[in-house]
Amino acid sequence: MRHTISVLVENKFGVLARISTLFAARGFNIDSLAVGETEDPAISRMTIVVKGDDSILEQVTKQLNKLVDVIKVNEFKGIDYVERGACLVKIALNRVNRGEIMQIVEIFRAKIIDISQNSIIVEVTGSEDKINAFVKKVIPYGIKEMCRTGVIALGRGQAVVRIK
Amino acid sequence: MTDMIKKTGSQILIESLLKENVKVVFGLPGGQALPIFDAIYGSELNFILVRHEQAASHMADGYARSTGKAGVFIVTSGPGATNIVTGLCNAYMDSVPLIGITGQVATSVIGQDAFQEADITGITRPVTKHNFLVKNVEDLAKTLKEAFYIATTGRPGPVLVDIPIDVQRASCEFVYPDKVDIRSYKPNYDGHPGQIKKVADIINESERPVFYIGYGVVISNAENEIFEISKKAGIPVTHTLLGLGAYPFDTDLSLGMLGMHGTFCANKAMQSADAIIAVGARFDDRCTGKVCEFAKKAKIVHIDIDPTAISKVVDAHVPVVGDAKTVLKEMSVSINYKERKDWLKTIKEWKTEHPLEYNRDDDKLHPQYVVEKISELTKGEAIVATEVGQHQMWTAQYYKAKRSRLFLSSGGLGTMGFGYPAAIGAKFGNPDKEVVVIAGDGSFQMNMQEMAVAALNDISVKVVILNNHYLGNVRQWQEMFYGKRYSHTCLAKRKECPKWCNSPKRGTCPVYVPDFVKWAQSYGVLGIRVTDKKDVEPALKKMLETKSSVVLDVWTEIEENVFPMVPAGASLDNIVTRMNG
Repeated sequence: MRHTISVLVENKFGVLARISTLFAARGFNIDSLAVGETEDPAISRMTIVVKGDDSILEQVTKQLNKLVDVIKVNEFKGIDYVERGACLVKIALNRVNRGEIMQIVEIFRAKIIDISQNSIIVEVTGSEDKINAFVKKVIPYGIKEMCRTGVIALGRGQAVVRIK
Repeated sequence: MTDMIKKTGSQILIESLLKENVKVVFGLPGGQALPIFDAIYGSELNFILVRHEQAASHMADGYARSTGKAGVFIVTSGPGATNIVTGLCNAYMDSVPLIGITGQVATSVIGQDAFQEADITGITRPVTKHNFLVKNVEDLAKTLKEAFYIATTGRPGPVLVDIPIDVQRASCEFVYPDKVDIRSYKPNYDGHPGQIKKVADIINESERPVFYIGYGVVISNAENEIFEISKKAGIPVTHTLLGLGAYPFDTDLSLGMLGMHGTFCANKAMQSADAIIAVGARFDDRCTGKVCEFAKKAKIVHIDIDPTAISKVVDAHVPVVGDAKTVLKEMSVSINYKERKDWLKTIKEWKTEHPLEYNRDDDKLHPQYVVEKISELTKGEAIVATEVGQHQMWTAQYYKAKRSRLFLSSGGLGTMGFGYPAAIGAKFGNPDKEVVVIAGDGSFQMNMQEMAVAALNDISVKVVILNNHYLGNVRQWQEMFYGKRYSHTCLAKRKECPKWCNSPKRGTCPVYVPDFVKWAQSYGVLGIRVTDKKDVEPALKKMLETKSSVVLDVWTEIEENVFPMVPAGASLDNIVTRMNG
């Protein structure tokens, strides 16, 4: 079971380490993690994606809440939310495949952000599935390098995770 | 305006401790804590110099457990700091409020592998409730205030404050904050009224309820509430190792301790109950035995201030997050009077059928006898600290502490070497009380260097070593589960012994070292050896009459085992009451 958790934390040194230690101590692998400041620079938001059964996740959220620097923990579950990630892929380029790659980029509404003689860098954003699909499509052309962010997520409409 | 005068970080530390009403601090100086120790010189602080930093953390722990106040210790960076990791972990697992202060290398060289540098906030992150690295002297007073607040509220625990030497030297205006407000830390004391009502309903409807109480009851001072409710509703009470003393032993409702070395009736009652009301207990594996076989007929109610404790091991049907005393007070009004004659009759039968027992009739020196005599002679009024092992379990079984905070023992971590320094710490917190350590000969050797602290400060801490020449608990497991292959548990073994030995015998085995009597004498402490059952009582009397420290080296039966026993991983139903039985 895949879970997306949104965690509001004090923007202090050591907080990321506290959170990763907590996961590591329970043998829990973090699938993806994204951290950034919120509108209030004293608060950061971490979006954590983990896989595991519900009872383990319940423990993890409780343990997160127990950390002194954690202000709020919320799982996106049973609510409507949007999720986005970004990926930069450097694909090998030659005269033959150029057109095909361009077409794939077009289909996925991705963006070419750099081009050189033997490669292009493509920026693709979207849900985890969409990015996975794009990567799968371009593998046959030869991925020279790729770099991917953790997903970030927000609830739609009234569903907000913030301090009261 | 005196408070506008600038103070150094070190002075701020000392004054903050005094503002927090800290009476005694344990520790040992070192290079990166020199400014702090300079500020201690000439101050009002009662500082106790230890011989090993680990002992400082255990002393602060013993002080905290016996007084209910935060225990404080100060050590230097690097090795000083790494030496207190065990003490922090021990306090963390047993929810003991500690404030640990460590010196640190200067902020300008942190991360450069400077001399005696250790990333102690990194190292202690998983074993502290919270920790701080103070990088600016302006933050120090506020950090200390927060440290005390975090350590002592909610589910208490150890908090470490790491202070680099340049911060100790730097100056700023000192104002100690009156209040703390941490937006991300708000412990919840009041239980949910709807949940509390549900608990009362479960109790009222149940036929065979059991109170399962832990250290949370002690922390929250909820002993009276448990007592009143148990009496009103006829609920038998079992306690965990750390809950010892929270419920009086001399009533029909007392089941004694549960779990691995708990009483037959406590474990039977848990397995037969239709409702278990856990209060401030965490369903430790030593209490539950095999979890899938645990209390299958019971509805589980779990009252705890720490939400992570709830449904961690055993799913709670009704969880209540809140302070034990507050919740029980609110709950008690909804509890109906009930006699529960049948249930209490069954329990009485179990008690009579299988009381705690050992051979009282022969003239062998059984360790249980020694503990029973200590209990009798002190009337359960002494503070008794234990080390970890067989002697700890015998003390838990036979020392009938009159109140809570009289039995000090390392529960969660099971730290050998805890008891003696903890007892010294307890003595500093309770100078007028009798303090006795019941130790094993193995455990005692882990921190016995602290006798210097007892001797030089002229305090009276009585040590009773139940000396079986073995790491007895491990030996018992080797005997029961590893075919009596006594691998490295004999503490008397010498070069000339057979390589592998499983037949120890007094008289033929080599002379035991150290000679604890001479060891005590070398500190100017009275040492007495007892090898005969008939000498136990006179020696204990002499020990208790003596005003200063005493070491009693009692040579007990070597291969005595702790019973009853629920083997590790077995169900509580599989309790073994004696060997081959």
